[in-house]
Amino acid sequence: MTSAVSMTNIFKSYGEVKALDDVSFDLGSNEVVGLLGDNGAGKSTLIKILAGVTRADAGTMNINGQAIDPRGHTVARARRLGIETVFQDKSLGEKQPLWSNFFAGRHLTNRWGFIDVAAEMRVTREILGNILGLQGSNLQPETIAGTLSGGERQGVAIGRAMHFNSRIVVLDEPTTALSLREVDNVLAFVRRIKRDGKACIYISHNISHVHAVVDRFVIVDKGRIALDIPKNGTSLEELIGIMVDIAGGGDQARAGTHP
Amino acid sequence: MRIGNVNCTIFLILGMVLGVFILLSPQTFLSPRIYLSYMSIIPFPAIVALGATFVIISGEIDLSFPSTMALSGFVFSLIFASGGHPLLGLLAALTVGALIGLINGLIVVKIGVPSIIATIGTQFFWSGFTMVVSSGLAINIVAIRDTVTHTFFVGRLFWGIPAQALWCLGLVAVLWLLLNRHVFGENIKFTGDSAQTARAMGIDVGRTKIGAFMLLGALTALSGSMVCMEMANWWPTQGEGYLLPVFAAVFVGGTSVFGGTGTIVGTLVGAMVIGMLEAGIISAGFSGFWTRMAYGLIVVGSVSIYAWMDRSRAKMQP
Ligand SMILES: Nc1ncnc2c1ncn2[C@@H]1O[C@H](COP(=O)(O)OP(=O)(O)OP(=O)(O)O)[C@@H](O)[C@H]1O
Ligand SMILES: [Mg+2]
Repeated sequence: MTSAVSMTNIFKSYGEVKALDDVSFDLGSNEVVGLLGDNGAGKSTLIKILAGVTRADAGTMNINGQAIDPRGHTVARARRLGIETVFQDKSLGEKQPLWSNFFAGRHLTNRWGFIDVAAEMRVTREILGNILGLQGSNLQPETIAGTLSGGERQGVAIGRAMHFNSRIVVLDEPTTALSLREVDNVLAFVRRIKRDGKACIYISHNISHVHAVVDRFVIVDKGRIALDIPKNGTSLEELIGIMVDIAGGGDQARAGTHP
Repeated sequence: MRIGNVNCTIFLILGMVLGVFILLSPQTFLSPRIYLSYMSIIPFPAIVALGATFVIISGEIDLSFPSTMALSGFVFSLIFASGGHPLLGLLAALTVGALIGLINGLIVVKIGVPSIIATIGTQFFWSGFTMVVSSGLAINIVAIRDTVTHTFFVGRLFWGIPAQALWCLGLVAVLWLLLNRHVFGENIKFTGDSAQTARAMGIDVGRTKIGAFMLLGALTALSGSMVCMEMANWWPTQGEGYLLPVFAAVFVGGTSVFGGTGTIVGTLVGAMVIGMLEAGIISAGFSGFWTRMAYGLIVVGSVSIYAWMDRSRAKMQP
């Protein structure tokens, strides 16, 4: 399988905290990978580097066959290369209407930079009518994002990702705060990514959701890749066992330093 | 919807202030003369306030525009007084204003100094600089009254309407488009809403903020040059009285102190309310000392109404 993303020897520190410590990560061009790991393991940091939001301290990166210096990567470039990200938090401008949230950073403009608001409203209305069980809600393009419920927010952020039809979709905790029906919608969306021949990185603390949709598990632990296994032959119970082991191993190590 | 509410409120405030003045001194406020006089003075702080609106929406503040006004007015007057074409003087003044904005923006964005502190510093620096280069002496530019430039920017048109009032209205239209229909305006709002979200959406937060500071600088320079034309004079402390009325206009107009949202029309009406107070109070027979108290009441009162409106809206949400 050809590679959509290939990140090698990525380092990232925040002061004393080593958020990523020599991490290498690959994503096939039609693969769904589940990123798992404890709070603060470094999952979000990894995908933020991929999305151009955060700069790595060192490492190399290759997206869709194009070599990228991860220290000079930008959101605009990531989008051009087909990466669409739904971030864990702060994914919407709270005081802004939905239409401007959909098109933030990529407005439909004429050559002088004036926005075609009518067209953006139309597209937004279409997306709101089509996606993720928002049909019944009275969300309008003019609705201020800050008034949305947690589920509606995720729906909007994911709808944005779906609309821009990207080759690589990154979902960071997309199912927190969602009702069962909305979770099903998200999982169906991930399956559709797979069916359409695209790639996806799926981050979640809900192991059964991850297990249901991904091809491969990558477990991050304290800034390092602890395990990288294909789903084939790994049952949900085994996966949970492995996760517990890794978390437990961490505890023993910590206990060892404080006898 | 929110903007609609805020704009309704500000028009209500304007109507109330006007109503009170008409009741207190009908002979003054029912004749057109006072309004013509308002139209000749209110545009100057209003144009600055329009620029300040962008900076505040972007989540920053700029306290250095009084000295920007002094320095750019000085550059304008100096060039004219030494025989240059007034348009050349204006162009130089606009450049100086934009450069001061650029420097403010760079200090805030690249060095990371909070804008409130950075611009206190630059306010002192540029007003001191202006004093030094002008030796503290005023510049008389009476000859400007005979130029076409003067007529074009501050001349009296039909029915004695001052040209600066039309300039101000034209700028309101252009800046409304810039804020509400242009990528720059959208980026300003997102940046002020949450710089982190804006960055994640691929918006260049630094450039956006620098752009806002530069816009304010250039608009301040335009206003400063127009004041010089109107008065046919430049004086070293020009712009000093503008600081509080300009912010009062922006906040009375309904622009959020917290950034992220704001209104151009609101700022214009805010500038009208603030600009009307002084003459209104004096012609109602009170001494000028009452003006400041009225400023204070209007500012605290209107901002409280907006805060209350915000909170009651938040309560309605699940
Ligand atoms: N902007 C930042 N400044 C300082 N430290 C940060 C920053 N972002 C992340 N960190 C630190 O880096 C480490 C990894 O954080 P990260 O957000 O990647 O974890 P995560 O695996 O996504 O966790 P969670 O499951 O809780 O979302 C944490 O220790 C965190 O405190
Ligand atoms: Mg995270």
